[in-house]
Amino acid sequence: MTVDASLKEVSSSAATVPRRTFLQEVIEDTPGSDPRFEMCIQCGTCGGSCPSGPDMEYSPRRIFAMIEANMREEVLKANTFWYCVSCYYCMARCPQEVHITDLMYTLKRKAIREGYCRESSASDAPDFSEYFVDAVLKYGRSFELGLATRYHLRHHPLGAVKMATGMGLDMLRRGRMDLTPRRIKNLDQLQAIMAKAEEIGRVEREQGGIR
Amino acid sequence: MKKYIYYPGCSLERNASAYNDSTLAIAEPLGMEYQEVDDWNCCGAVEFIAVDKMQAYALTTRNLALAEQQLSNGEQMVAPCSACFLNLSKCDAYLTASPDLAGKINQALAAGGMHYTPGRVHTRHLLDVIVNDVGYDAIAEKVKKPLYDLRIAPYYGCLIVRPGFLDKFDDPEYPTSLDNLMRTLGGTVVDFPMKAHCCGGHMTQISDEIALNLINNLLKNAADYGADVIATICPMCQLNLDAYQKDVNKALGTNYNIPILYFTQLIGLAMGLSADELGFGKEIIDAAPALAKIGVKPPKKARKARPSKEALPMPTMPEEE
Ligand code: SF4
Ligand code: SF4
Repeated sequence: MTVDASLKEVSSSAATVPRRTFLQEVIEDTPGSDPRFEMCIQCGTCGGSCPSGPDMEYSPRRIFAMIEANMREEVLKANTFWYCVSCYYCMARCPQEVHITDLMYTLKRKAIREGYCRESSASDAPDFSEYFVDAVLKYGRSFELGLATRYHLRHHPLGAVKMATGMGLDMLRRGRMDLTPRRIKNLDQLQAIMAKAEEIGRVEREQGGIR
Repeated sequence: MKKYIYYPGCSLERNASAYNDSTLAIAEPLGMEYQEVDDWNCCGAVEFIAVDKMQAYALTTRNLALAEQQLSNGEQMVAPCSACFLNLSKCDAYLTASPDLAGKINQALAAGGMHYTPGRVHTRHLLDVIVNDVGYDAIAEKVKKPLYDLRIAPYYGCLIVRPGFLDKFDDPEYPTSLDNLMRTLGGTVVDFPMKAHCCGGHMTQISDEIALNLINNLLKNAADYGADVIATICPMCQLNLDAYQKDVNKALGTNYNIPILYFTQLIGLAMGLSADELGFGKEIIDAAPALAKIGVKPPKKARKARPSKEALPMPTMPEEE
């Protein structure tokens, strides 16, 4: 299908999009062809395999049950997906081949967009992701010192001191940290692509009734 | 010489420069030739996808598109960082599976005059390429100084074995390729039941408690089996186990002192290259005692202190633009 045709297909249905269930919304907002979220049989293998399981308010299995039950606010305020370390154990073991790790990313994006992440017990985590993104949009590459500095000063002033005297100093002494960012050559090109991608994503959500 | 397109990624530029140096140092003797992706950008790590889906995929795909332009004879792309490998291979797999996503991403790329054909650039992890393309036998032939007496815990972490979006080159839970590689080098491979468990990823930035516990589990497991060193294949794993080892000791009252070395550094040592050529001296937990065990001189240029000895310049908030 061409790009225009695929966009048209989305927009022709836009005028009549009915209110989505929470499950439909997360399915449509997840990349890949089919994340198989509706295939969960509540076996609990994912939660049992998760290294962060004990620290999560709700296990991945429970999150699936809550999504099915349309408990949108409770889900989006949870710390579950912020404590996901992307280890893919759950996905490797799930008997239904549900793309669980991708769900965690989708919930992160929704919680940020809708502001629920501020009410989560892991409310620092979104800033770390957002500051990382800011640096990459600005330079094309990640910038560890700038990111750590901005993040720690906002959330862990003590962490910033630790950075400056402990591990950060160790890293700097061994030439493992840049004091200034590195930029790619064709930054304009990257930024044009990013601006367009942001717009396409926004239109896709608006037309698909995805919050 | 077998040709590959090389995607180093942000970590290898600086924090994991020892990985980059050692990867490049062993390439020629192993018959590999790299052409770096010109003007590559960050792969997005695990952060970008948490903020904007379309941007995250466009960001990763720009790298695939750049690599596609450099293809001359069906070369494959090699990424030494597990997170870069995961993002590049996953992105390609999802673009191939979803023409809708591919169409939208290409529309975004077009704003920068670029295009990517899903499936054209096949990304593999460096470990996969070394054990399966070069092969154990060819490596064994190059071993001049076997790592006898060095007790190695082979650490895979998560992303190279799970979930395997393009290739499944090893078992997702109990991989063995790095074990076999270390044995090929003459090393003694210790049992390491947690070898495919998580290093904590970015948790070190988000929750000290959770991260230090995950790191402690791994260090304890390696220490329990008497490992002299942990061999790693990922800059994030190296950083977490190396740079936070002292923090684990402080917070949990442990006393670990285990150097975390890149598997390419160990290959290089076995081939008889010097510690200097292989980026030694950048590790926080000093590798010199382990090197002494196998009769290798510590690096000369290591431990060069910077002029400001007390502290980094006190961090300030970067100006908002
Ligand atoms: S392992 Fe898969 S099927 Fe089982 S509860 Fe988790 S998501 Fe559902
Ligand atoms: S990918 Fe995330 S949710 Fe799945 S097991 Fe790992 S930490 Fe848990």
